[in-house]
Amino acid sequence: MTVPVIAAAPPGAPSLQIDTELASTWLQAFLRDELLERRKIGHAVIGLSGGVDSAVVAYLAVLALGAANVTAVRMPYRTSSSDSLEDARAVIDDLGCRERTIDISAAVDGYLQFEPEADGRRRGNVMARTRMLVLFDQSAKLGALPIGTGNKTERLMGYFTWHADDSPPVNPIGDLFKTQVWQLARHLGVPARVVGKPPSADLEANQTDETDLGITYLQADRILSLMLSGYGDDRIVARGFGTDEVRLVRGRVEGTHWKRHLPTTAMLSNTAINEFYLRPVDY
Amino acid sequence: MKLGVVQFKPRKGDVAANLAELEAIYAQLAAEDVPYDLIVAPEATLTGYFLEGAVYERAFEADELAALLAARWRRAGGGRAVDLVLGFYENSGGTFYNSALYLHVGSSDHHIVHVHRKMFLPTYGVFDEERFLSRGRRLQAFDTRFGRMALLICEDAWHALMPTIAAIKGARFLLVPSASPGRGLAAGGELESVLHWRNVLRSYAVEHGVFVIYAGLAGFEGGKGMTGSSSVIDPFGETLVTAPALGAHVLSVELEAADIEIARAGLPLLGDLSAVLPDLLFDDELLPHAVRRGVAFAEEPS
Repeated sequence: MTVPVIAAAPPGAPSLQIDTELASTWLQAFLRDELLERRKIGHAVIGLSGGVDSAVVAYLAVLALGAANVTAVRMPYRTSSSDSLEDARAVIDDLGCRERTIDISAAVDGYLQFEPEADGRRRGNVMARTRMLVLFDQSAKLGALPIGTGNKTERLMGYFTWHADDSPPVNPIGDLFKTQVWQLARHLGVPARVVGKPPSADLEANQTDETDLGITYLQADRILSLMLSGYGDDRIVARGFGTDEVRLVRGRVEGTHWKRHLPTTAMLSNTAINEFYLRPVDY
Repeated sequence: MKLGVVQFKPRKGDVAANLAELEAIYAQLAAEDVPYDLIVAPEATLTGYFLEGAVYERAFEADELAALLAARWRRAGGGRAVDLVLGFYENSGGTFYNSALYLHVGSSDHHIVHVHRKMFLPTYGVFDEERFLSRGRRLQAFDTRFGRMALLICEDAWHALMPTIAAIKGARFLLVPSASPGRGLAAGGELESVLHWRNVLRSYAVEHGVFVIYAGLAGFEGGKGMTGSSSVIDPFGETLVTAPALGAHVLSVELEAADIEIARAGLPLLGDLSAVLPDLLFDDELLPHAVRRGVAFAEEPS
């Protein structure tokens, strides 16, 4: 007689599934606490790109603060895809929030006319930093707070413009991987045309994130999840991932630690800020 | 015993505002027809949890805090005697602790029943307590008007040995002031960190036949959301009342201390443990390395 053996399933790709209702509730509370209670600011300004990240933040902000207290700013450049503008419009129409469209072409070109040789990367950074400037100024005008829209995947991969996309003082989705942002977007009812399209920074024509990064978000997120939990490359590969993609993700994370920090300041005293003089952000 | 658990949502570092808010809650509770016997508030109630170096600017001496709380209770209309528990950062002559105070307030006087200093200071990941604080060195049970109790602050209660020792020392009520930043969205229904808390607290109540009273801090601190989820668990492991993770709440519940005897008679694990514990503890493999070497030298034939 043989005894039935019940074997545990071998470990595979990590699940990135989240309880989206819980996430939504938690992040609304976060936004209310950060804006209304801590800063006494009742209005949020969000740069709405037409992509899923800023759409999710806009939905969360409207749930947290009310549509009348959220201003979505569309900031197209002359080469931006018209689809992006229309996708952002679909979000605004669905939410009924306040909106403003500010074409940044003149501002961007006003500087770049002196730098005609600037390549796509530099031009993209100038656009991103111009949008940051607009968001902060619109916030000052409205007595509002700019809300960040960077997700965990792009933060880890360093796939953003430093002191631009990461500059708003409050970010509800920065600890959610891209694939988790998609889950939350579906739960919040973000229009399918926004959730379903290939993500793009839309800084250059026909650009997609996954082509730029050289890996799909699903694969990147699974690898990042294991990597941040402390798994070495060998164990990640043993779970069914390719050596090259693991190396690619590891390289991007390890080459961009500086982008997730404030500027490096020479320490000269026993009272150096953030080294010895330590106070929490909400103190 | 009528118990109140205050799930407090502080303003970071603003002691005056937090004291005023706590006094308002005391006033609300003091106005009830049936008086409260014991009111338990969370870890770092008057300051918020993550203070970093500001802990040195916002710490209290225990006597000072006791006088302050007693005065606030009376001003809030609390003419009747009450016992108050509250977590605070303690300045003891320039040594700083994460402490919890058990205070008796009478009609015209007050006295400190016990101060517990947190022994397990989380210093990993998001936590950095031991960078700023010293750790307590002793876990004591103490007598109150309602029976013997012990205080465990947050991570103190994540080590099963702590409630075990408290129970062996005679504690019938475990008071757990806590501040737990929430994390983990994968479990469904509640944050994973909240579920972990519920599981461990319930297991202690059942194993030792004790009431477990958990007071959780609430509110966001620099993006880190404190998970409230205050709860009261009876000695059978049943959750009598619990609060959601978000927001300020007060739990109110009448506890029957006699339930402890019924629970322990039905499941006499604590009695069993008392008998076996000496064999478990007086085991030289558990002794620190240096002491073991000393034991070994002592045993060498001369």
